[in-house]
Amino acid sequence: MPAPIIDFQHVTFKYHAQAEPTLHDVSFQIYPGEKVLIAGASGSGKTTLLRLLNGLIPQAYAGDITGKLTLNGKNIVEQTLFDLSLQAGTVLQDSDAQFVGLTVAEDIAFALENDNQSVSHIKAEVSKWANRFGLGERLNLAPQALSGGQKQRTAMAGVLVDDGKLLLFDEPLASLDPAAGVVAMEMIDKLQTERDLTVVIIEHRIEEVLSAHVDRVIVMADGRIVANGTPTEMIQSGILPENGLDEPLYVKLLRRAHVDIASLANVADVKQVVVDENKAAIEQLKIPVKKGLHHTKKLVIENVDFSYDKKQRLFKQFSTVIHQGEVLGIVGKNGSGKTTLSHLLTGFLMPDSGDILLDGKSVLQQSIKERADNIGYVLQNPNHMITKATVFEEVASGLILRHVPTDEVEARTRAVLKLIDLDSMRHWPISALSFGQKKRLTIAAVLVLSPQILILDEPTAGQDATHTGELLDFLATINKQENTTIIIITHDMHLLANFVERALVVVDGQLLADTTPAELLADEKLVTAASLRTTSIYQLANRLGISNPEELNAAIVHGQV
Amino acid sequence: MTMNNLFGYKERDTWLNHTTGTAKLVGFLAISTMGMISYDTRFLLALGVLAIALMKMAQIKYHEYALMLKLVLVFAVINLVMVTVLAPQYGTQLYGTHHALFGSGYWTITQEQVFYEFNLLLKYLFSLPLAIILLFTTNPSEFAAGLNKIGVPYKIAYSFAITLRYIPDVQSDYHTISLAQQARGYEISKKASLLARSKGAVQIILPLVFTSLDRIETISQAMELRRFGREKKRSWYQEQAFSKRDILVFVGSIGVIVIGVGLLIVNGGRLYNPFQ
Repeated sequence: MPAPIIDFQHVTFKYHAQAEPTLHDVSFQIYPGEKVLIAGASGSGKTTLLRLLNGLIPQAYAGDITGKLTLNGKNIVEQTLFDLSLQAGTVLQDSDAQFVGLTVAEDIAFALENDNQSVSHIKAEVSKWANRFGLGERLNLAPQALSGGQKQRTAMAGVLVDDGKLLLFDEPLASLDPAAGVVAMEMIDKLQTERDLTVVIIEHRIEEVLSAHVDRVIVMADGRIVANGTPTEMIQSGILPENGLDEPLYVKLLRRAHVDIASLANVADVKQVVVDENKAAIEQLKIPVKKGLHHTKKLVIENVDFSYDKKQRLFKQFSTVIHQGEVLGIVGKNGSGKTTLSHLLTGFLMPDSGDILLDGKSVLQQSIKERADNIGYVLQNPNHMITKATVFEEVASGLILRHVPTDEVEARTRAVLKLIDLDSMRHWPISALSFGQKKRLTIAAVLVLSPQILILDEPTAGQDATHTGELLDFLATINKQENTTIIIITHDMHLLANFVERALVVVDGQLLADTTPAELLADEKLVTAASLRTTSIYQLANRLGISNPEELNAAIVHGQV
Repeated sequence: MTMNNLFGYKERDTWLNHTTGTAKLVGFLAISTMGMISYDTRFLLALGVLAIALMKMAQIKYHEYALMLKLVLVFAVINLVMVTVLAPQYGTQLYGTHHALFGSGYWTITQEQVFYEFNLLLKYLFSLPLAIILLFTTNPSEFAAGLNKIGVPYKIAYSFAITLRYIPDVQSDYHTISLAQQARGYEISKKASLLARSKGAVQIILPLVFTSLDRIETISQAMELRRFGREKKRSWYQEQAFSKRDILVFVGSIGVIVIGVGLLIVNGGRLYNPFQ
């Protein structure tokens, strides 16, 4: 066996700013040519592990390290960040922030410029790598003109110009829609085989990563490695859900059909797993797709026209009806009008013509503030919303600004805080909250105004399965108790499949489909148009020759207890 | 949008666009320094003609720089008025003669004062077109490369490029935050009083600062992970090789300096004095 490229022996790490170690006694090896997934819920220590690998610890984040950790046989701690960067290239989670150049070409060139290489050499390398990543035509484009997938490809090219043999990905799927995610994983797969790379992927979206032939999965929880084995072993052992991670949807389905997963070969690959003898049991799970559950018209959008500039009209005669108490999903590829639509509803933007009616009355004359009393809007990035120092103040501020009496402010704020499970932390400074907690806090700050409609932009972005589950429970509660209409803009497949009742597919300002998620995720044409992908359940149903796969999707949607 | 268009840089097919950032920067610094030193009206007028001729050649449209022009003109007028208010006799001091035009006592306005302020105005008028040409015909990264080449440390030169890179992002953050805060109940629209509006505006700053700090942390890590700061020198993708054109720009700039210095000697100082 060759020597490992990465070797950790009993590594414990504590940030100086923290009282307890973040990593406890971590030992693992990664060998040349392997593709390894490091999975774990938020706070499991997987980001810290990555920082140890690329040298950001101890150089950007100070702390105490014990144990032995080597890269290519040399002690990591004794090498500079710069030395390490030549051996291990890192693609950060936020490929937009990683994009430091003014254009694609300059971003790819960045590392070589810093090595003070000759301009002619840099130009040759940039052109070679840009072509390899399909960016040859886009060399002069600014990051604002690129899609998420293109930015990430630029980031990969910008790291691979070093010809390093080890590539580290920090949540590569986080900022991509599902279709772009599939392309990215295929690209990583292809690169790895062609260039004999070693690839380490940090991710909690297991389903997508497993589709790209991972050799090994390391599962982390509470700063420890709790499992280390092949994907098949991981699924068989059922260790993923125990540690706050989502299993692939088809595995959930198989479990529900009482298939003996613990001894099922190839269970980690939906294209290879053999479950023909369970076909009958799986088919029995089918349930009819529920639709048309709600009938009271709440919000009516009538013949809305809208354009950002005079030349190009985005929405043309757009009409739809949203019902009271509905959980509605708006899907579609990036830049096709999802966010614009929500901005039209909240008054951030005004339609050129047409009308928007709430309970039969036009809202177009109302200011943003007035509309927010009825239509609450939670932005994707909680940092865009938070203005106060403590949890209580943040939630109470909307009420205070509306001159609600003090004792009522107290009562309503506490009630909402209890609902989202932050009441015990109400005096905490907001800076001490985790990302997931901040997200819930911003929802609370909107909910306290008792809106009849709640619009959430990508509510599950950056949240692991456990936190997503908590968030959905909480949204389900207010949906049931207050009959609040919930509109979710998302391309999170699990969220769509598990929670949304009705889905609008908006592409280029057109309402392409008004359907249920179960049907949507079983329709290849629609899925492609919306930059989503079909569920693994659909793929399994196809292989087994089961008709009406949407009824199997529905089993996951509504079968949830 | 093919390029970052802040400051109006655009690819135009003119010799000024094709000249390297370094040459233009050196030319700009040489001519404007000489023009700032000299108070020779003939020299300043000549520079003004040169600047306008260059402006024509650069093919920059009026609407592209209209805002900048208006801002500078407003500033120039305020500046001239302030000079008149604070030092109405400075012209007399400078030129050593006194030819009263109108007014009396402290407020006597002399020909000398008017002439002096006319010279000041000329300085604005010739340097503004030059600055516009520099900014509008130089790719921002090449501009940074140019700064680095004339001796500005590359970390500082690069910070210029990176600022341009993230300004659109910060603008869009600002816009989003402002809307979100209005939804929360901070009136920033014209419906509210000035006090309420300024209070509302403060609410945008805090989230903007936190969002930007987050971004800066990620950016600096991304830069370090690709070895920014490792070497003493750095090469620039956008750097252009010198050509004949650039040499001509250098020669031209030296010519302007020679004429300027020559006039300093002939005039026996910075002033051209028509009153003696």
